[in-house]
Amino acid sequence: MTLEAFLVVAAALFCVGLYGALSQQSIVMLMMGLELMINGILVAAGGFWYAVRPVVDGQVLVLVAITVMALEMAMGFAVVTALFRARDVDMTDDAGDLKG
Amino acid sequence: MVWALGAVAVACGVAVFVVDSMARATFALLASFLCTGGLLMAAGLHYPGVLVILMMIMEMLVMAVFMVMYMMNPAGLMPMSMLHNRRGALAVAGTAFAAMVAGIVAVPWPERAGRPPDEPAVALGEAIMGSKMLVMMVIGVAILATMIATVVLAMKSGRYGDDA
Amino acid sequence: MAEVAVLGVLAVAAASLDALLGGRRWDAPLREAARLLTTARRATVRSDVPLMRTGVVVLPVAAAVAAAVVPVGGGVAAGVPVSVVWFNAMEVVAWAAVWLVGWGTNSAFALVGGYRFLAQGLAYELPHMFALVTAALAAHSLDFREIAAAQDGLWFGVWMPVGFAVYLVSALAMTFWGPFGHPVGDDVAGGAVLELSGADRLVFFAGRYGLLAVAAAASVPLFLGGGAGPVLPGWAWSVVKAAVVLALLVWARRRLPVLRMERFMTAAWTVLIPAVLLQMLVVGIVVV
Repeated sequence: MTLEAFLVVAAALFCVGLYGALSQQSIVMLMMGLELMINGILVAAGGFWYAVRPVVDGQVLVLVAITVMALEMAMGFAVVTALFRARDVDMTDDAGDLKG
Repeated sequence: MVWALGAVAVACGVAVFVVDSMARATFALLASFLCTGGLLMAAGLHYPGVLVILMMIMEMLVMAVFMVMYMMNPAGLMPMSMLHNRRGALAVAGTAFAAMVAGIVAVPWPERAGRPPDEPAVALGEAIMGSKMLVMMVIGVAILATMIATVVLAMKSGRYGDDA
Repeated sequence: MAEVAVLGVLAVAAASLDALLGGRRWDAPLREAARLLTTARRATVRSDVPLMRTGVVVLPVAAAVAAAVVPVGGGVAAGVPVSVVWFNAMEVVAWAAVWLVGWGTNSAFALVGGYRFLAQGLAYELPHMFALVTAALAAHSLDFREIAAAQDGLWFGVWMPVGFAVYLVSALAMTFWGPFGHPVGDDVAGGAVLELSGADRLVFFAGRYGLLAVAAAASVPLFLGGGAGPVLPGWAWSVVKAAVVLALLVWARRRLPVLRMERFMTAAWTVLIPAVLLQMLVVGIVVV
């Protein structure tokens, strides 16, 4: 349970995400890379909170990171949806078939 | 404990970009997040840890819908490559990782200052309703703005009305 | 671990009661279990077996892990300080379980069922969370034990009836049970579980009964005063109250028509959420 362990894991997660965000063509996969990067930040923040300064600021940082993740997801999918509509590839009509 | 959870988290993170099925990629990412939640709990941050687990299960299930909807080979039935600049990305990520590890090892980290509060969740609640109120307000406004923006973007009429 | 075992027994009892209400013998679930264990599993073409198995196994595991934080009497198997959030996180696993089973078996109706449950999940989860938060708000704690202890004298179920009602509705919805059984509805030939057979089917349905039992048992510390009661010891009162709530949930299955998930979505967002928010406002004013 050392700070180094947390930080190395965080760095590995961040860099795997970075690779994904740089190499994926699909926007959805790219977002997965971004999520992994934020994941790394979460781990690092947890490690710092545990090993360096267990004050509330670290927790607030974690909370902000979680929110950023959720917002990033929502915006990403809205943009993907808008893109699909703009290109007349209206795949969401297929989803309507599941109704009732 | 940290090493084991961390290894699983990283392995699942790698799996996201290796597996050929969008459903599997989504759930590999979810597994990675669950390990992160476990790591946060191991660090004594129970509330944020459980929150990560709770939110990420919901988030990844919603993500699965979009993955399957928008990806060209949702179940890996038609293998194809959707990568660009693979080597460059690998080089950048590898260099960044090497630099970070070097930094982590080289920097003399300070000793632990202070001890965690008895109830970190209570401390967090009091902070965001007190001294860190600004953060809470910004988060709230950001969530509201995102909700409006996403609905506007995703609506059938789009940003420019029905004519655009 | 005794607490988890008690809830397991309650889950089996719920299955028996459901068989009795359906006009079969009480041991019908046990016979069905034996039959499922001895039949060979069907395999569908190009199914994603690892994902499907994950979905099957994860449901009873989540129910058991959720049961670990639900107190029976004063005792609890695992003392997590934020047990209400933990319980909530574990029950959301049902989303993953149903979708994975629906997707993994590579069958059209099963996939429809899986997607239906996601839509239903988006409908029930917010009212459910607000109902949990209402009880937590009144007790100033996210720990089941402290919430139970805070109801000294007046049960939360009595003075926050809307929160309790919403909790019960969402408990039915999260276990896709009775009126919310659309994801496994007959109109899609069994929905998400259509292609499950043999031991897979047994484990999945055991997990569903387990989740139902845990949801019923969690309502006791949240809204029914925990183990408080005259004469009997605390654990006995907890079990009795949980059994009554569970029997109510099981009974509701055959008494109410199945609700389409998009209608439930409308009702949840236009009625349940405002109602439970108002309840929370009232509780907040009373408490603070």
